[in-house]
Amino acid sequence: MTMLSAYAGVAGEDVIDHLKQLAAPLKGMKVVHVNSTRQGGGVAEILNWLIPLKRELGLDARWEVITGQHAFYQCTKHFHNALQGNPALVTEALLKEYVDTNRRCAEELGPVLRDADMVFIHDPQPAALIRHFPEPRGKWVWRCHIDASHPYRPVWKYLRNIVGDYHASIFSLADFAQTLPHPVYLIPPSIDPLSEKNMDLPAEEIRDVCARFGIDTARPMMLQVSRFDRFKDPLGVIEAYRQATAFIPTLQLVLAGGGASDDPEGEAVLAEVRAAANEDPDIHILLLPSDAHRTINALQRAADFVLQKSLKEGFGLTVAEAMWKGKPVIGGDTGGIRLQVINHHTGFLVNSPEGAALRIRYLLHHREKLLEMGIKAREFVRQHFLTTRHLREYLTLMVALAHGGEDRVVLG
Amino acid sequence: MATNTKTEPFAIKDCALSAIATGRRAQNLRELRDGVLTVHPGSIYYHFWGGLLRPGFDDPEYNNDFASWARHRLHDTKLAERLGVIDPAEFGEIEALRQEVIDVIEERLDETEFLSWAPRDHQFHFIRAQTVVFDTRRRLENPSELAAAVPGLSVGSIYYHVIDARRRGPQGVDDFRAWLSQFGERYADLNARLAELDPYFVTLTELRGRLSSIFSDYFTGDGQ
Repeated sequence: MTMLSAYAGVAGEDVIDHLKQLAAPLKGMKVVHVNSTRQGGGVAEILNWLIPLKRELGLDARWEVITGQHAFYQCTKHFHNALQGNPALVTEALLKEYVDTNRRCAEELGPVLRDADMVFIHDPQPAALIRHFPEPRGKWVWRCHIDASHPYRPVWKYLRNIVGDYHASIFSLADFAQTLPHPVYLIPPSIDPLSEKNMDLPAEEIRDVCARFGIDTARPMMLQVSRFDRFKDPLGVIEAYRQATAFIPTLQLVLAGGGASDDPEGEAVLAEVRAAANEDPDIHILLLPSDAHRTINALQRAADFVLQKSLKEGFGLTVAEAMWKGKPVIGGDTGGIRLQVINHHTGFLVNSPEGAALRIRYLLHHREKLLEMGIKAREFVRQHFLTTRHLREYLTLMVALAHGGEDRVVLG
Repeated sequence: MATNTKTEPFAIKDCALSAIATGRRAQNLRELRDGVLTVHPGSIYYHFWGGLLRPGFDDPEYNNDFASWARHRLHDTKLAERLGVIDPAEFGEIEALRQEVIDVIEERLDETEFLSWAPRDHQFHFIRAQTVVFDTRRRLENPSELAAAVPGLSVGSIYYHVIDARRRGPQGVDDFRAWLSQFGERYADLNARLAELDPYFVTLTELRGRLSSIFSDYFTGDGQ
């Protein structure tokens, strides 16, 4: 069975026909995506399905990864934090490492990128590659997955000088976008319903995963899946748990975090989380490898509901993942979470540990409401946050850019 | 009465939209007015009709983005109601629609002593759309084929043939009525029923369902 026919089973035949027709004028086009990690984090997950699907639709798509030394990742982590509004001191030495790494990678990838009809550069890590292709043959698009609504200005000024050279950029939401001297497209990301992280699982596998981590399936359990990152507010989640357990003492909390190879801060935050949990046997802190997709899937299915109490969020794919499994989400009122958690429909938006604690108690006391919101959440994801919608928007953008970016492109 | 003139088949097309940030934002009513005054016409169109293709749950009171923002971010219910009642289908030209929005906002500015401000993270973002239209290669020769074809159309096709059509054709009507009118008076009843369909208060899926019912009822007599 082809990937496209498998997606037709979930999204519908008409959706797949639509994709095929949209892709027809792009057949044979050489498309290259570049990011900085093959595993871990939302970008790698997107590229894992996007590339094979584009290939199946007849595009000559490939995925390249740039790598660097520790200082390079330190620098780009600072960039990431600064785009999210956190003041970051990026030293000259770190900037030099950034520039040098991009120069070296541009040499390595030179033939591929020079030959491409369209190049998609994901996030700041490989953004400076464009500096080494002053008159590119193809169209270069910068894809920013980060909430850059209120960036730390000195760093943004530096990056804007680079990304301003692109033909277009993509942000997940209008709120995240910055003014740039080219068209700024808005494309929210999506989840892959056929991936190990989102596919249906047998009930015994879910039970086994819970047993492996000592989670009692007879008692209520809530889950937050995210990297151990301050912007995900794991300490706020523990605080909300403490407030809720005063009323619901049987409640369990699972904090499941994966590490990404380009995130050097994770260990420090993990230590803070362990200290805050203070060896509470009902707080399960799980440090999972980046390929533990089935385990995360099982935990999401085992949870009564899911938290994503981020203070800042690029988009928060874990929200759509949980909703796809029929779970309402209590999410931070920030970034892309707002697009997915529709207050009182698919979950609740909260602004404090107190707000989260209140909604935790509400959901556990109104089981019928919890189920109703879960059903709505799944349908909402089916319509708006599956890979097929995401791919459609990429193809639309590519057709539009290939036709000079006119307001209206009429094909055939 | 059928004419002898050869009729054109109905070409089923489909479309997809790309949303583009214009870079313009508004945090209070005066900034909104200034934005509406000068923004790309496609942005006015997008904020009235684009919601049909975006994620969200129905907001039956405020079904355009200006009204919804006035209610939820400026907390100005009076303004939201006045903006919410504007029906874009009544305006043939986008500039006339733009002027109507400006008039409503300016009237409210005249009445208002102090401006309300939206929180920093809840500004109004002016967005416009780029439309890609493509041909599905499917053709309908006879109007009776509509009964079987319409339920299988994508929401993109429904958008193109009903919503987009109104600003495309000289008559300002949907493509179904425009096509049926070439058969003279023969389908006048059907056209009259289609004319009663109000696309502004339903989702595209619901619109497809209502169109399907009309065609099915007309051609096979078993519509709901």
